[in-house]
Amino acid sequence: MNPRQFLNPWVLFGAAVLLTAAALHNDYYLTLINFIGIHTLLVVGLNLLMGYAGQISLGHAAFFGLGAYTSGILTATYGVDPWLAMLAGMLVCGLTAFLIGVPALKLRGYYLAMATLGFGIILYIVFNEAESWTGGPSGLTGIPDLSLFGFKLDTPKRLFLLIWPVLGGIMALSANLVDSRTGRALRALHEGEAAAQSLGVNTSRLKLMIFVWSALYASLAGSLYAHTLNFIAAASFGFMFSIKLVTMVVLGGMASIWGSFLGAAVLTVLPEMLTMFHDYEVIIFGVILMVVMIFLPRGLVRGIMDLWEFRRYKKEGGIIG
Amino acid sequence: MELASLLQYLISGLTNGAIYALIALGFVIIYHATTIINFAQGEMVMLGALCAISIYHHYPSLPVAFVGGVVLVTIVGILFERLALRPVRDPNPLTLIIITVGGAVFLKGVAMILWGKEAYSLPSFSGDTPFHLGGATLLPQNLWVMGLTALVLLALESFFRLTLTGKAMRACAYNPRAARLVGISQSRMVLLSFALAAALGAGAGILIAPLTLGVYDMGTMVGLKGFCAAILGGLGSSFGGVLGGLILGVAESLATGLISSGYRDAVAFFILLLVLFIRPQGLIRGGS
Amino acid sequence: MRSRGIAVILVFLMGVLLLAAGCAKGPETEPYVVGGIFSITGPASYLGEPERNTMEMLAASINAAGGIKGHPLKVVIYDDEGDVTKARLHAEKLLTKDGAISIIGPSLTHTSMTVLDITQKAKLPLISCAAGVGITAPADKRQWVFKTAQTDQMAVSRIYQYLQKQGTTKVAILTVSTGFGVSGKGQLISQAPQYGIQVVAQEVFGEKDTDMTPQLTKIRGTDAQVVICWGTGPAPALVAKNMKQLGLTLTLIQSHGAASQKFIELAGDAGEGILLPAGKLAVYTQLPDTDPQKAVCKAYADQYQAKFKKPVSSFGGYAYDALNMLTKVLNQSGKDKEKIRSGLEGIKNYVGVSGVFNMSPEDHNGLTPAAFVMVKIDKGQFKLVD
Repeated sequence: MNPRQFLNPWVLFGAAVLLTAAALHNDYYLTLINFIGIHTLLVVGLNLLMGYAGQISLGHAAFFGLGAYTSGILTATYGVDPWLAMLAGMLVCGLTAFLIGVPALKLRGYYLAMATLGFGIILYIVFNEAESWTGGPSGLTGIPDLSLFGFKLDTPKRLFLLIWPVLGGIMALSANLVDSRTGRALRALHEGEAAAQSLGVNTSRLKLMIFVWSALYASLAGSLYAHTLNFIAAASFGFMFSIKLVTMVVLGGMASIWGSFLGAAVLTVLPEMLTMFHDYEVIIFGVILMVVMIFLPRGLVRGIMDLWEFRRYKKEGGIIG
Repeated sequence: MELASLLQYLISGLTNGAIYALIALGFVIIYHATTIINFAQGEMVMLGALCAISIYHHYPSLPVAFVGGVVLVTIVGILFERLALRPVRDPNPLTLIIITVGGAVFLKGVAMILWGKEAYSLPSFSGDTPFHLGGATLLPQNLWVMGLTALVLLALESFFRLTLTGKAMRACAYNPRAARLVGISQSRMVLLSFALAAALGAGAGILIAPLTLGVYDMGTMVGLKGFCAAILGGLGSSFGGVLGGLILGVAESLATGLISSGYRDAVAFFILLLVLFIRPQGLIRGGS
Repeated sequence: MRSRGIAVILVFLMGVLLLAAGCAKGPETEPYVVGGIFSITGPASYLGEPERNTMEMLAASINAAGGIKGHPLKVVIYDDEGDVTKARLHAEKLLTKDGAISIIGPSLTHTSMTVLDITQKAKLPLISCAAGVGITAPADKRQWVFKTAQTDQMAVSRIYQYLQKQGTTKVAILTVSTGFGVSGKGQLISQAPQYGIQVVAQEVFGEKDTDMTPQLTKIRGTDAQVVICWGTGPAPALVAKNMKQLGLTLTLIQSHGAASQKFIELAGDAGEGILLPAGKLAVYTQLPDTDPQKAVCKAYADQYQAKFKKPVSSFGGYAYDALNMLTKVLNQSGKDKEKIRSGLEGIKNYVGVSGVFNMSPEDHNGLTPAAFVMVKIDKGQFKLVD
């Protein structure tokens, strides 16, 4: 194997996962990393929609919740096999996304943002009010552990070994999608809808496809979340979580699969680190949101790279082109 | 009895609707000048209410509290525009949405530190003795809310249509480059719009504080409903915003009374989706 | 090329996390570590803040008195903001990083449910401060979970006992759409027949709603004799105000969620005559001297008010009882978790702020409806009526 191949990001990713599994035994860090994984899954999907297709969604938490509740209700209340329930969740989510997407994706800019926001809030209220199904605000208990080949995935370590390889697969799949013909069409769409149409791209079908696609990721993430916590409550799927997801996308960098991981990781770990500030945590979170958006609108990675390149150019006396 | 109930739902709906309308006007003003949606608008409502309550505690005079609250929040609005929005390098809608949401989170956090997590009350402007009206009752404060909303709407419409500054603001939203060419300072217009919107939000907050109490997290939902109202009205028109607010308020109240109270908040957003899907330009075409 | 750069950053980050994890396994610490998870910010902050204050205050005075068996008591408190994901992470952190021997909290039913899942697996005693009945029941599945808050079941029984005495048969209920309200609604409906009471209207309102006149107008159209409102925070005060506005003269009964001085202040004139079940802390000065809880409540209230210059709330009392009972057990048996568990389970006739606790293997709450008294708001004060 030559060194170039060895530096392939996917190989590195696999190595990092294996290394973490072998060396990390602290349940707290594993749980934290599992949540990072679940959030990354959500953000990768949302990034396909926002970064590549250029469509905003302020209601993505609803799909996350729909997946989680379908899995939760089917397994806890009706005793359906968790894997089957997971598929059912994706089916429900995909179908909902399709039905909402057809009228919603005709809208643009703030109108699309508002439609997705409204959809998200309506579903949140349904999760809260349909107590007989969802357990309402007190939550749905008794969601069983997943099991694989007779192994019960009941510890953070075992869940880690499910979530991260799944995530790796999804990220690889997304990277492939982005590099494919569809991906090129998507980028054309992002640059300008009229231009893309003139190139023979069926833009409304493409937008819808990506919308459904990202809902499927969210559903999968929701199911994994339900089986990780063994408990879900409506409060996790509200408006603020949708906003947090969008922030993760932007923080990590639009149209960047790896950036999605970074955005999810930073925004999942940050509140944990801010707990020492007690009541000031919220203020700091707000300031970070604003400062990053003002000074690094292209996300952390590219923002820092830009700054770095800027300095290097200055040092070499070059002119920024 | 049934008619009296209906009337009561209507009164309650119109009062809430007027509140949504006032907040919608804040969105409309900023959108008019900048095409920005300011998600921190709801927090201006909260700040207005809490500032006025604090002033009232030190100096128990409602007019002083009202003016003081509005002035303080207007300053906050100006600072927000200068510090958070002016330096933005890449002003696309997504960036701006996140910045204003960040601003909302920040302001809410500051309010939580300053005022704590408890709710505070403000006395009504002219007493708590309800009027009776065909079997229904309404408070003097309800009349204050509706009356002032109507007044503000009139004042705003005449400002945008009759004064030079108002026309200049509209020009900025319609075509910033052309506006600059004819010598309008866009940055001044943007600043003015934020100041005006903050003042309106604060006024709305102080007006509703006697009815709803003031608490640090009151802004979010009220802001979203106001935004709904603005979108319903087509975003660009103050008249539309007010109409949107009133429709939302009455629909919510009727839905609570006649259908089910559990899905009350869903009603506003359901109407929003319906309007967006069927008539995306809003009930009234934007003023631009 | 760029994606490779990012991948390198990624691996580096993982490495940092691993290192941090390695460092976290420090040597065995001397103090007894007790964790606290409360909703200190967010919508339920009215619960979490007094709970945190109380726990810190009590730990300081325990340490000033020489700690527990010579070990200092160290409390590590986290804020879950009412969010289940955060509550879960904090519980994992307390378990594996801070080495807690027991956890007090969380403040809410849903956050408690997600935390008890892992404390059960880890066999760690958890003393919840939330109201939901499901936290400690069924007892055989909740061996490691205790709670010090009175359940809504008791509050509802107390109200219905009172109403039965008054000869009331028709009530309208108005509940908030949170865990507290939903659980209260369930109890109000299921217990009504036992007391010969009929629920003629069921309405709900949102936690942040500011106008309940539509719901009350609907109730006005029924033949209800009494309105029972189940909520927390500012909303119940608004219900009282709206009733006055509508000229609705029915008796209003609030839940124990409104048993605070703040409620009286917010409701103002509209609060006069409201009845509610309250823990004895709210009216401890009016209790007869023979009541054993009087001294305990006074001690807690005096200490809290002196330290924080704020009125004491019964929510803080949940944390007070929890840490006191835990300290008692730790003093007897040391830090062995199974001994803590059996010690807590064996608590009998413990006089706390929230009531007299009699724990047993079947009952990990140990309170009865007698933990509540009925009070009436009279000239801006709670007055003991039953």
